[in-house]
Amino acid sequence: MTSTLPGRLSFGALPQFATLAAVLLANWLVFPDFFDLRLQDGRLFGSVIDVLNRGAPVAILALGMTLVIATKGVDLSVGAVMAICGAVAATMAAADYSLVAILAAALAVGALCGLWNGFLVAVLDIQPIIATLILMVTGRGIAQLVTEGQIVTFTHEGLIAVAGSSALGLPMPVVIALVLGLALAALVRLTALGLLIESIGVNRTASTYAGVDSRSVLLATYMISGLTAAVAGVIAASDIRGADANNAGLWLELDAILAVVVGGTSLFGGRFSILLSLVGALVIQAMNTGILLSGYPPELNLIVKAVVIAAILVLQSPAAGRLFGFLRRS
Amino acid sequence: MTSRNLPFFATLVVFVVAWALCAAQFPAMLSTRVAANLITDNAYLGVAAVGMTFVILSGGIDLSVGSVIAFTGVFLAVTVRAGLDPIAAILLVLVITTAFGAVMGAMIHYLETPAFIVTLAGMFFARGVCFLMTTDSIPIDHPTWDALLSVSWKIPTGGRLTLIAGIMIAATLVGIVLAHLTRFGTYVYALGGNRTSAELMGVPIARTTIAIYALSGALSGLAGLVFALYTSAGYSLAATGVELDTIAAVVIGGTLLTGGVGTVAGTFVGVMIQGLIQTYIIFDGTLSSWWTKIAVGGLLFVFILLQRVLVHLAGRSRDRLVPAT
Amino acid sequence: MDNAEPLLLSLRGLTKTFPGVTALDGVDFDLRAGEVHALLGENGAGKSTLIKTLTGVYVRDGGSVHLQGTPIAPADTADAQRLGIGTVYQEVNLLPNLSVAENLFLGREPRRFGLRDARRTEAMARDLLVGYGLDIDVRRALGDCSVAVQQIVAIARAVDLSGKVLILDEPTASLDAGEVVTLFAIVRRLTARGIGVIFVTHFLDQVFALADRATVLRNGRLVGTREIAGSNRLDIVKMMLGRELETETMKRHRRQVVDAPPVVSARGLGRRAYVQPFDLDIRPGEAIGVAGLLGSGRTETAKLLFGIKQADRGALAVGGKPVRISSPRAAAALGFGFCPEDRKTEGIVGDLSVRENIALALQARRGWLRPLGRTESRALADRFIRALDIRTSDAEKPIRLLSGGNQQKALLARWLATEPRFLILDEPTRGIDVGAHAEIIRLIERLCDDGLALMVISSEIEEIVAYADRVVVLRDRSHVRTLEGEAVNVNDIVRAIAAEAVPGAAA
Repeated sequence: MTSTLPGRLSFGALPQFATLAAVLLANWLVFPDFFDLRLQDGRLFGSVIDVLNRGAPVAILALGMTLVIATKGVDLSVGAVMAICGAVAATMAAADYSLVAILAAALAVGALCGLWNGFLVAVLDIQPIIATLILMVTGRGIAQLVTEGQIVTFTHEGLIAVAGSSALGLPMPVVIALVLGLALAALVRLTALGLLIESIGVNRTASTYAGVDSRSVLLATYMISGLTAAVAGVIAASDIRGADANNAGLWLELDAILAVVVGGTSLFGGRFSILLSLVGALVIQAMNTGILLSGYPPELNLIVKAVVIAAILVLQSPAAGRLFGFLRRS
Repeated sequence: MTSRNLPFFATLVVFVVAWALCAAQFPAMLSTRVAANLITDNAYLGVAAVGMTFVILSGGIDLSVGSVIAFTGVFLAVTVRAGLDPIAAILLVLVITTAFGAVMGAMIHYLETPAFIVTLAGMFFARGVCFLMTTDSIPIDHPTWDALLSVSWKIPTGGRLTLIAGIMIAATLVGIVLAHLTRFGTYVYALGGNRTSAELMGVPIARTTIAIYALSGALSGLAGLVFALYTSAGYSLAATGVELDTIAAVVIGGTLLTGGVGTVAGTFVGVMIQGLIQTYIIFDGTLSSWWTKIAVGGLLFVFILLQRVLVHLAGRSRDRLVPAT
Repeated sequence: MDNAEPLLLSLRGLTKTFPGVTALDGVDFDLRAGEVHALLGENGAGKSTLIKTLTGVYVRDGGSVHLQGTPIAPADTADAQRLGIGTVYQEVNLLPNLSVAENLFLGREPRRFGLRDARRTEAMARDLLVGYGLDIDVRRALGDCSVAVQQIVAIARAVDLSGKVLILDEPTASLDAGEVVTLFAIVRRLTARGIGVIFVTHFLDQVFALADRATVLRNGRLVGTREIAGSNRLDIVKMMLGRELETETMKRHRRQVVDAPPVVSARGLGRRAYVQPFDLDIRPGEAIGVAGLLGSGRTETAKLLFGIKQADRGALAVGGKPVRISSPRAAAALGFGFCPEDRKTEGIVGDLSVRENIALALQARRGWLRPLGRTESRALADRFIRALDIRTSDAEKPIRLLSGGNQQKALLARWLATEPRFLILDEPTRGIDVGAHAEIIRLIERLCDDGLALMVISSEIEEIVAYADRVVVLRDRSHVRTLEGEAVNVNDIVRAIAAEAVPGAAA
């Protein structure tokens, strides 16, 4: 897929896959049926499938977030954009528009949100965390504006099928996440977009001096993030057969950032791997499910996530780097 | 008036104009009762925003505020139900939240990591601890608690200043003193102005950073107490997104998001503007509450844009000093 | 030295090495009480290392420092300050968002009942500044004051804290003539009090106006110390550039410049407060050397031509057609290339591989939709790694791991891959070992022979003479002279650089 992937998959990706294996193993130990699968009505069921299915929205958000973080940015608004796009989809479904129209509208709105963020970051030169904060604050209000403050529910067959149906034996969200992941990986690695994103993330000045159109690349990156948020939003709306402007996508921006960080992309920009971000999303969801299965309250999740972030921060910190360097020398 | 103060005066003008417009439409809004309620209803936000002002002034950010508020409420509710004296519980929780902030500050400094990711972990952690203690909304019921609730001061023309309004005003005043009259305050501004220069000039970076986040933790705890008094309950899902409201209040109050410039008084006005928008929507009766978020977001955008323009202009005027010999 | 003034500061055999570089090599330096001692040298000469070693930012590897006869070894800047050594940098290292008074007394302001006593701080600040002839509102934010006032405040703070040695690191770089006069008056007042001043600058006029002595460093070594009273400008410039006029033996590479129409033609191109308007024609196969001291507008000229800064006056034609260059991207599209002086922050993309760095400009020009395939970019990289002899174990190695010379060659390769017609090289041999110097120079000559138009900025006059067909000399942000033909020799270039900045001198 990419020139650098083979090299990195063999060595650099080891921690991610090892973590995933460890979490899955832990799940299997506390819940021996964890890997059991059964086929029913042409569709697979089982805990692993459940992990994949529940992890799909975060995985999809993590796709766009990976690119944004690779440019040395961050997109805090994805949860709110999910809510907006979910609201658009649900409202249109309730009004019985065709599925194509619904999807087109939701994606267009997501792209527009991304474009807004990109405009603030690339053209007005506002720090990403602050620029995307604006939409994070406003987004849920806009979503409620769309639904007119109601919790909209719908019975639109087509839209329900987005999360409710299956393909190739897998739940549709998993298929969407996979296809989207592959498509995005192809987009950034078969074109030069990936290289330009990494280049800007590592050194924006040098890239601009080399003739890279940094502005357009940043705009495109935030727009992709908006689009992935839109897809996640539509899946979430389809899943609950309605739109909940207050709770749809709540805190998912944080899970998406965490997935990217677990996947090994540095918060300081540069090299990224879409595949490893997907692994990161899986790790997070497998932890969630594991905690659930082992009978601990699901609330423990948040604490575990906090501990994971803290551990990664300690390992990645310059101070730790100096310590390791010191130990190696002595 | 310098360009530095412009955001603050813009805030003040926005507030006065907004208040005047509201009053023109609903004369009842001119009463001291409404004014007192405005403070009471937004007291928890105001207290937390004081802490956030220090964090943002130093060039940082604290995303854990909402979770710490919820944690405080839940902790109070659970411990009081278990028989702890409310006063002891309050003191205990304030110590805990202060220590929690200090730990985050230490991580930010010693791990050399962006504040947002550390406080993000803090946000998960505090909320998780809430959930572990209870997922229910637990009422707080205790004679001492009722006594606290009944404290209030009459103000002329009918309004009443409740204890929580008093706490907010006190927190703001203490914040003003701390920011402008203590050495710590100058260090905070110095840190936000230019970290390297501050270090060269002898500002104790580590101690100041830890103190800033400890202060934010303490004030978040105090805000949690105010929120618990306001709702007389502890609920682990309470105060979600309050960190965003506080950040918005600080920015609308004229504090530069990149740090170094701003005032605690401005933050107070920023909180009041948010409260005013809410009050207007309630008075109007036909507008829905989500307009608050949109209006706040819009104001946030306008103020961030204003800051960019001012920074840009400042840069150009500095350019002009370069001689064209 | 048999001078009346006692020796305030004495450095003997000061040495400081960094991995791979000897930044200071056994430097001796003396400062008398009450004197202004100028410290001169081009970039990388070791001036800033010397100062940082003196102020405790770095720890010296060898040599001794005596302050008033006592050996000292400052651990950090605060320690140096306590010992009596204060520093004021060009980029005023104070806090623009705090008031003048707060800046002066940060961390030591008077307190009353535990609170800052603002009124007394302000009174003290006013008293302090009156001593510097400054009567301003000390409650104003420092950033709202002029750069000159900021400098004076910085000096006042440094002197108040330390009081024996004051180091001024390029303090006049952003001041106008009147402000410089004010600043000098203050410096003289301080020396009258017995304070020793180390004055780092690259404005020769100012050295002659203010300094008692000058010490010149070059490549980390001491070139010499001169009494200003007995020296002239040419001596000093020669010391700085390290050239003895009589040893001009470097062979000039002669070449027939075809009388083709110019590739790039600038008429009155300039930008206010950046570069004075200049005319410039560069023909294919021609190498233009740009000479001048640091801060003379060399890099600014390059950035203007490459669209990093936009010209606000004058006209530019490329291949005979009038153009406006609004961005590096636009410049690259016209067939321009630019290797910046600051390789690390403006040139290389450190974490990316050598291959990706080489392909970057070509890729940027093709747009993201037309990627260079892996085999294609690999072939491209391999071709240039061979052609320019870039020493790397592997094209996939992150470029930051390469040596400076090889990074420079990779950056050259980045632009050569785009088959440019006009290439700007800003200090292409800086920070590169001697062997790589010669290689880069040979490369420059080869590129000219291939018909490329080149503009090379360099402080290595001898190198310029080796490859340049014409030399533009800059001073104080204006193009003061163009040397052609036989006039392209070290002697004439150095004279042009050192000439007094008076109207007519350029003619």
